[in-house]
Amino acid sequence: MSASASPARVIGSVVLEVTDVHTYYGNIHALQGVSISVREREIVTLLGSNGAGKSTTLKTISGLLRPRQGTVKLRGETLNNVPAHQIVRRGICQSPEGRHVFPRLSVDENLAMGAFIHNDTKQVAIDRERVLDLFPRLRERLRQKAGTLSGGEQQMLAIGRAMMGRPTVLLLDEPSMGLSPLLTDVIFDAIKEINHSGVTVVVVEQNAQLALSIADRGYVMQTGRIVLTDTADSLVKNEMVRKAYLGEE
Amino acid sequence: MLTFEYFLQQLVTGLANGMLITLVAIGYTLVYGIVEIINFAHGDVFMLGAFSSVTTLQALGAQAVKRVANKDQSPIPETYLWLLIALVTSMVFCATLNVLIERLAYRRLRRGSRMAPLISAIGVSFILQNVGIYWKGVSPVNFPRYIPQIDLVKAMGIDSFVRVTTKDVFVLIVTVPLVIALTLFIQRTKLGKAMRATAQDRDAAQLMGIDTNRTIALTFLLGGALAGAAGLVSGLYNNTAGFQMGFSYGLNSFTAAVLGGIGNLNGAMLGGVFIGILAAMSDGYLDARWTPVVIFGTLNLVLIIRPSGILGQDLAERA
Ligand SMILES: Nc1ncnc2c1ncn2[C@@H]1O[C@H](COP(=O)(O)OP(=O)(O)OP(=O)(O)O)[C@@H](O)[C@H]1O
Ligand SMILES: [Mg+2]
Repeated sequence: MSASASPARVIGSVVLEVTDVHTYYGNIHALQGVSISVREREIVTLLGSNGAGKSTTLKTISGLLRPRQGTVKLRGETLNNVPAHQIVRRGICQSPEGRHVFPRLSVDENLAMGAFIHNDTKQVAIDRERVLDLFPRLRERLRQKAGTLSGGEQQMLAIGRAMMGRPTVLLLDEPSMGLSPLLTDVIFDAIKEINHSGVTVVVVEQNAQLALSIADRGYVMQTGRIVLTDTADSLVKNEMVRKAYLGEE
Repeated sequence: MLTFEYFLQQLVTGLANGMLITLVAIGYTLVYGIVEIINFAHGDVFMLGAFSSVTTLQALGAQAVKRVANKDQSPIPETYLWLLIALVTSMVFCATLNVLIERLAYRRLRRGSRMAPLISAIGVSFILQNVGIYWKGVSPVNFPRYIPQIDLVKAMGIDSFVRVTTKDVFVLIVTVPLVIALTLFIQRTKLGKAMRATAQDRDAAQLMGIDTNRTIALTFLLGGALAGAAGLVSGLYNNTAGFQMGFSYGLNSFTAAVLGGIGNLNGAMLGGVFIGILAAMSDGYLDARWTPVVIFGTLNLVLIIRPSGILGQDLAERA
């Protein structure tokens, strides 16, 4: 069911605008004119098969990669020349593909690093409590090294850590990767809860069914291009999406 | 009993030298841990730290040198202040130098091939050695004898062949607090944690809002500062400094870092103290000629059994 059914959420104006972005890895032309716009408090999903350029799109938004052409704008301000560590301060936080928790830091230290840009200790402590309420499993493992967590726990930590940065836009790259259906549900419930607290979410997923079930809108990527965009409800019914991503003949 | 006392004597010497090696080894290990570059110039930064200390001390108190030259005479009070000034000067000098080296010789090469920064490091090492020769000449310079060599065991009225001198104690008084301070900084402070985070996953660190160029510079700064302190202390301990000291100390320290597990702070400490004591034992029981053989033989053995060093993580664990 679409999350937009919830009466509490009011979709606002465009907050993140990606316009005709081209990103390269050396000579490899990975993004070939990608345009995406995301509105306040929306959940937008980015679908596509392996190598389509979904992760590249997120990395270009968060500044880890630089577009050679095109613009990324947050509330009208261009981010093209803002270094990645400054983009976080503007309110875009990312949980990267493969989690990338700091393996030899404890769970608590990982969360502290998520709040690196914040110096108001009291608010950081409140944020930490919120994250631990969202993922009670992490509370039991605060002193444990992140590298020794299970995959699902690492995913919780990666999302929790991103939340510690107080994002206005949260980028999630394959949060269900390698997780059991049960844990996937836990993660997606958390994503819905985060969104309901007012955070705009862009989520990349292999599991299209699941992603479309919580998203307002979706984009479908193929070899570095957006080939289709629509509301989540329409995409679920779309012939091509059903065949390619929902495993139907 | 005598042989046990001899053993204790070598242990004291080994411990003092081991702490000096540790200070330099930490610089190798911190830098390797964060950028995976062997900073071959690090030993030479240490050497220039010793040179800067000579210069500072000579400038500060030429006449004090005469007064304490007689080794049983206790130093005049100002000496402590001058030593402190020389220590801080050398630390600041070497820290700045190391940050400059990173900025000029490594940063642009970081994303390229692994060979490039390595070769650059060797080049910087040669440059610094030549700066050293230009500064103090090729023959060893005498270090001012600021630290008197008083046997504390005898001074306490204990009759023993073991000598624990004021010099040994001086080495420990400077090095141990520095190592503890560094450890606390890295373990407890936000910037220290940011350094560790950057070492473990640079892209993820950037996603936390950490300016990784700055944390890397900070790492070089800390390593340089410790090398600067080691430069002063080793000069005062051995009463000599020379342009090749960076190579010899550097090699021992690098070995210590690898032995302990390069990239691992505790490993550098363990390796440093271990190499110091091993060298002293080899000097004392075999012959100083054999010491390099003993050190590198041990290194080989350890690496055969544990390729990542005593406390080093396996590559899989590090990833
Ligand atoms: N570091 C890199 N160097 C060179 N090419 C890369 C690099 N990372 C990705 N690519 C290429 O860029 C294209 C897009 O990759 P990207 O990781 O964005 O895909 P994706 O949609 O996230 O795929 P997946 O579902 O497998 O995560 C692919 O063709 C990939 O081979
Ligand atoms: Mg991907």
